[in-house]
Amino acid sequence: MDAFLQYTVQGLAAGGFYALAALGLAVIFGALGVVNFAHGSFYMLGAVASAVLLDVLGIQFWAALVIVPILMFIFGIIIELLLVQWLLKLDILYNFLLTFGLSLVLVDLVKRQYGVSGLPYELPAGLGGLLQIGSVEVPSYQLFVFLFALAVCLVVWFVLSKTRVGMIVRAATEEPERARALGINVSAWVTPVFGFGVALAGLAGVLAAPFRAITATMGTNFIIILFAIVVIGGLGSVLGAVVAGFLVGLVEAYGQGYAGTFSQVLIFVLMAVVIAVRPAGLFGRKEAV
Amino acid sequence: MTTTRSGLVTVTGFAASALMLAGCAGGPPPAPESDLSNDKVVIGLLNDQSGVYKDLSGPNSKVAIEMAIEDYLAEYGDQAVVTEDQIEIVMADTQNKPDVANTQAQQMYDRSNADVILDVPASSAALAVAEVANQKKKLHINISAATTELTGAACNPYTFHWAYNTQMLAKGAAGVVEDGGETWSLVYPDYAFGQDMVKSFTAAVEDAGGTVNEAIATPFPNDNFSTFITRAASTDPDVIGTMAAGGDLINFVKQFNQSGVRDQAQLAVGLMFITDIHSLGVDEFSGTTFTDAWYWNYDEQNREFADRFLDLTDTRPSFAHAANYSAAYQYLDAIQRAGTDDADAIIEELEGLKVDDVFLRNGEIRAGDHSVVHDSYVAKVKDAADVEEDWDYEEITATIPAEDAFPDVNPNCSM
Repeated sequence: MDAFLQYTVQGLAAGGFYALAALGLAVIFGALGVVNFAHGSFYMLGAVASAVLLDVLGIQFWAALVIVPILMFIFGIIIELLLVQWLLKLDILYNFLLTFGLSLVLVDLVKRQYGVSGLPYELPAGLGGLLQIGSVEVPSYQLFVFLFALAVCLVVWFVLSKTRVGMIVRAATEEPERARALGINVSAWVTPVFGFGVALAGLAGVLAAPFRAITATMGTNFIIILFAIVVIGGLGSVLGAVVAGFLVGLVEAYGQGYAGTFSQVLIFVLMAVVIAVRPAGLFGRKEAV
Repeated sequence: MTTTRSGLVTVTGFAASALMLAGCAGGPPPAPESDLSNDKVVIGLLNDQSGVYKDLSGPNSKVAIEMAIEDYLAEYGDQAVVTEDQIEIVMADTQNKPDVANTQAQQMYDRSNADVILDVPASSAALAVAEVANQKKKLHINISAATTELTGAACNPYTFHWAYNTQMLAKGAAGVVEDGGETWSLVYPDYAFGQDMVKSFTAAVEDAGGTVNEAIATPFPNDNFSTFITRAASTDPDVIGTMAAGGDLINFVKQFNQSGVRDQAQLAVGLMFITDIHSLGVDEFSGTTFTDAWYWNYDEQNREFADRFLDLTDTRPSFAHAANYSAAYQYLDAIQRAGTDDADAIIEELEGLKVDDVFLRNGEIRAGDHSVVHDSYVAKVKDAADVEEDWDYEEITATIPAEDAFPDVNPNCSM
């Protein structure tokens, strides 16, 4: 039972990374119809940026949690204006190829600049210890990642569902045609939404920095799992991405605990089952497919 | 300036007597005759130039080979069989893929006329190159791959294995068992290298009187090890041994350190390069034990080599760099003795050769399986407070004598 509880916390922590990043991916897909293959690289850039900020400017984890997403937001806007927007009118494959190419370029640029062995990063002060929860000892950092990711998801949900800006973005994300018909200038929201999605990936990267190897290729496997999550949750569904993110984190942890090397396969088994039973994903609508 | 008559006489006299003396000695010895294919020696360096193994060997191994050439030329001067203009290095990237390694090796041997291919990390790529070497009857001296297959079932007359193997890496485990680390849990990536390592480590731990509670397979590559670490700790072992390498190793260690298991169990790493410690920071690894093939700050001789290397590259050498140097030097030295770069003649020179150089201590190129045996070391990563300079990360706690590190001729090898 103790082991089960521990696996659960570990799964929720891993789910935190997934949920944040998948949320960004889902928002971008919804608003722009772009399957953003570069999302894993944006996650990597977030982690690399925190390591570089710490190394060069001495900026610690807590400040990086704010600074890096802002930098990534700006970076995302530049990418959207420079590249992505020109292909929006074409077939969805064009932007898929563009972002795929972009991810190769970003990975190689980081390799060139920072090598392949990975960058060092210190665990933020105060999060290094263990917390006793009932009979289980849990690393404080894992618990923090879970709670922080959950909080960010809740804030995003609140903004999206309770504010006017949020409603416009959501309408543009989930029902772009109808939103246009109602006179909402969807295009004006496209650029900032892309930047916002990139910022979320960057934020997941900051959270990963103390916990995972910071290398140019850290996003390469990550993006595959993110796609699985977005499919499980329902393409373009914000709530679906978050729920599926945590769900996949749990499946991975239980898989590692009870099924060993099959843990990663289980994620795709889950995806296959969801597609078979609900082709639109857990929270997707049929017409989105 | 004027030259006096008497001065001229003296000079002429000296010159005449010098000529006479030289005549008696038979004149300056002519440069020895040599028989080089294409009138040059081409050393191929085939390794990872862009991926996970780039830092531990990669382009800096070319610098190591250049140092070997420089030392060879300095050693033999005008007696050298191969002159500076006759030595060429060609370099290519395997991307750690066996198919790419295969193609690159063929091109190196056929098109670039490489006489020997050095390095080749990643066991699957190394096995591919060994196969090509055997077909082309050209030499391959492997440095950075770990598999014992190279000197086992896949051994061949044209392949030598210079630096280390999975069996040798496991030898350090015996020292840990003797220091009280009796029960072990192993966590390994579920592919050829990981499975090979688990076999070697289980044997080494059990031989030393310890027990392996369990061996847990993980996917490869993998970035989340938390749950595997919890499982490994569940049997309450003294030591948790990880066979992860590269980025996976960094993931494992970061998560191990945060897991609280660090206070219950000691960490042993199967395969680690000094570049891993450098990239993650000494703090994360402090107290970890592992087997090292060579350490730059072990003695004066190594340090001298490492200082030269530092001047040229701005980093300290890994054991792979030192081994590339050693292999290139011994290869040229064999050409010097044989007077030719013919592969079969070089093999004859190398087989059974006893060597002591900066990398190989008590070294012997074993004829039976072409494994190069030499002293190896049990290393412990220092505490940050004890680090006196950059890259000063290891404390060598024991030397594993050559005959223990590489005990017997591999029984699976038939040349």
